[in-house]
Amino acid sequence: MSTPLTPEERIPPAAVDPAVVEAEERKWTPAKIALWVAIALLGGVAWGVLAISRGETINAIWFVFASVCTYLIAYRFYAKYIERKIAKPDDFRATPAEYKVNGHDYVPTDRRVLFGHHFAAIAGAGPLVGPVLAAQMGYLPGTLWIIIGVILAGAVQDYLVLFFSMRRGGRSLGQMAREELGVVGGTAALIATIAIMIIIVAILALVVVNALGESAWGVYSVGMTIPIALFMGVYLRYIRPGKVLEISLIGFALLMFAIISGRWVAESAWGAELFHLDRTTIAWAIIIYGFTAAVLPVWLLLAPRDYLSTFMKIGVIVLLALAVVVVRPEISVPAFSEYASRVDGPVVAGSLFPFLFVTIACGALSGFHALISSGTTPKLVQKERQTRFLGYGGMLMESFVAIMALVAAVSIDRGIYFAMNSSGAATGGTVEGAVAFVNGLGLAGVNLTPDMLTGLAANVGEESVVSRTGGAPTLAVGIAVIMNQWFGGPAMMAFWYHFAIMFEALFILTAVDAGTRVARFMLQDAIGNFIPKFKDTSWRTGAWICTALMVAGWGYILILGVTDPLGGINTFFPLFGISNQLLAAVALAVVMTIVAKRGNFKHLWVVVLPLAFATVVTVTASLYKIFSPVPAVGYWAQHNAFKQALADGKESFGTARTVEAMEAVVRNTFVQGSLSIVFLVLSLTVIIAAAIATLRAFPHGGPETEDPALPSRIYAPAGLVPSPAEKALDAQWNALPPGMRALNRRGH
Amino acid sequence: MKTPPPLRTPALLAALGAALARGRRGLAWYLGGVLGADAYRKYLEHHRQVHPGEEPLTERAYWREAMDRQDRHPQGRCC
Repeated sequence: MSTPLTPEERIPPAAVDPAVVEAEERKWTPAKIALWVAIALLGGVAWGVLAISRGETINAIWFVFASVCTYLIAYRFYAKYIERKIAKPDDFRATPAEYKVNGHDYVPTDRRVLFGHHFAAIAGAGPLVGPVLAAQMGYLPGTLWIIIGVILAGAVQDYLVLFFSMRRGGRSLGQMAREELGVVGGTAALIATIAIMIIIVAILALVVVNALGESAWGVYSVGMTIPIALFMGVYLRYIRPGKVLEISLIGFALLMFAIISGRWVAESAWGAELFHLDRTTIAWAIIIYGFTAAVLPVWLLLAPRDYLSTFMKIGVIVLLALAVVVVRPEISVPAFSEYASRVDGPVVAGSLFPFLFVTIACGALSGFHALISSGTTPKLVQKERQTRFLGYGGMLMESFVAIMALVAAVSIDRGIYFAMNSSGAATGGTVEGAVAFVNGLGLAGVNLTPDMLTGLAANVGEESVVSRTGGAPTLAVGIAVIMNQWFGGPAMMAFWYHFAIMFEALFILTAVDAGTRVARFMLQDAIGNFIPKFKDTSWRTGAWICTALMVAGWGYILILGVTDPLGGINTFFPLFGISNQLLAAVALAVVMTIVAKRGNFKHLWVVVLPLAFATVVTVTASLYKIFSPVPAVGYWAQHNAFKQALADGKESFGTARTVEAMEAVVRNTFVQGSLSIVFLVLSLTVIIAAAIATLRAFPHGGPETEDPALPSRIYAPAGLVPSPAEKALDAQWNALPPGMRALNRRGH
Repeated sequence: MKTPPPLRTPALLAALGAALARGRRGLAWYLGGVLGADAYRKYLEHHRQVHPGEEPLTERAYWREAMDRQDRHPQGRCC
């Protein structure tokens, strides 16, 4: 693919000769063989311990070994196979970052830096929350799905979406869907994406509300992030522009102070009065915040928050992984709990198949990543072969975060776990109610006492830990339990708890703000097809209308969730997972069409496998949610049961103790049931459109939609650690005079 | 092969100090890169190559423009 160079362009080649790369990869020295055998053995032993250990406890270190060894093997062998057989990158070809370089959004970026950047954009609260809720089934189902799911589904999606978007100048998933699937499939994909973003933002916001409700400390310290961010924004705009690292360190210090001072504020009379808010008030505060943040200029609030959030993300994840390795907590949760084979789990209802696979979405397979892997990251990639490291590797990293979250959740006592995660409707929100409820579940080895709950609440600086649903408080307790064994002891537990709540809230509020903005642009683009004026995104009125529409959408669902008599998170969370994986199915459907149009039917199974699985899981889950006659599982069954009760003139029914509450259940289940139907219809439309496009391309492929190939004139190694041939070529490039190194005549 | 002279304490400390400074610079480079703190430097580099002779934006003007660009092209943050 390389074009002959003219004499003045005598620069080293833009890529290592593919034959040399191939030879390097195929050469198995004894040391290399020994290394991979050791990795395989260690991973195998770790899996064996996780799978067959029936002792009293199991050490958390085995989770680390099992996951990391499996990731390494998948990255080295399966991702390599996908690279060779499906992506087929060509480093002689320029990436959009090179041929469209503009010094702004198209910038060739060092692969290691871009890895961090991409990871910070894809990972948030999702992989931290899902595994916590799924822990009710025991540790093994979640662990298996997180690790196998990421290897065969999640990382494959992220990698291939990134690669194909890069080959198309960084086009977005929506644009690719329109191009590959035609008008019907493309439109359905666009509407599905907007609807899914609304539900995802709503449920993330619900997680924050649940974490901050009746917690003066939490409300104060998370609230403080707003003035801190405003200060950072003004500092960067007017005082010292561009000093991003400096202000991030200052912001981080202020954030730590906000956490520490939270105790003093919460213990003072005025602080408790001012910041002790009920959940509905907090929900309204987040709605107002969401709208304001999305219409304010980026520099004032979003950008500085994003710096803080990125800073915390990398710091926290490194800290948590180190803590698990250093502390190596003993885990007494069984591999499979009672709820692995039942449908009445108090945390999230439903059978293991399919509900485990929708409860854990992020960390195993997350469709939302397709929006980052297309559009943002591909415009920054230096060289095509780096996409395996960025896309596949980045997702493996998120999966590891999910494993750490699972470890944190199963490190705490099971009785406490169920007391925290059963809905207020079940426990009555009191210590006595929680103890009676949890002990009444009849779980092996669970013997909850009131002292355990009040002691824990006092240790973490909260009034109560009963029915703190949503996953975030449980994770925070898990982190506090692990971290205090490393640093500070029980006296530091409250700090670690609020530190964890703070970073989860920070991630989520950034996602709420950014999600509202992105969805606003999508909505403007969609409405613009009918009213052209809306296409102009700088038109303030249009921007405000569309922002208000988006906020109204997620705000409505948030309020429904907060006031839900059945508990909120346990009834709404499945919608989050289902919608996220339906988006994954949409992304994989687009990828399948592209691979088919390349005429590569022999290896299409690599994409069809996760697509089929995601489709089966989400369609089954949706059908359960729509048609199941079990009220705890089926939205419409619940809807009809409550409607019937109202018609019979009953004044209370199930956990709803008033007529109003019963009416609320009727309304909420109607919304949830309708959303399930909408998601299902839209996604099936996209998948069928993709299947038709794929069949049409059989057997010779279809029209090419890639940008034309241009020769590359820059060089960088592909993976984290350069190979000998890569090092040699890198040295040649580094020997050039600085002006020649990033030789680029095209520009914009 | 000659054996290197034995390190004396001051030399050892100096080496340690240099290693620490390298580590600190590396960390600052990495975090700065991930946060996008080096965007202006990269812009200047790009500007020199593509528009030689033209006056680049000042640092203040560049950051103003970069932030306002984000208003027009929002980037998603995942869950």
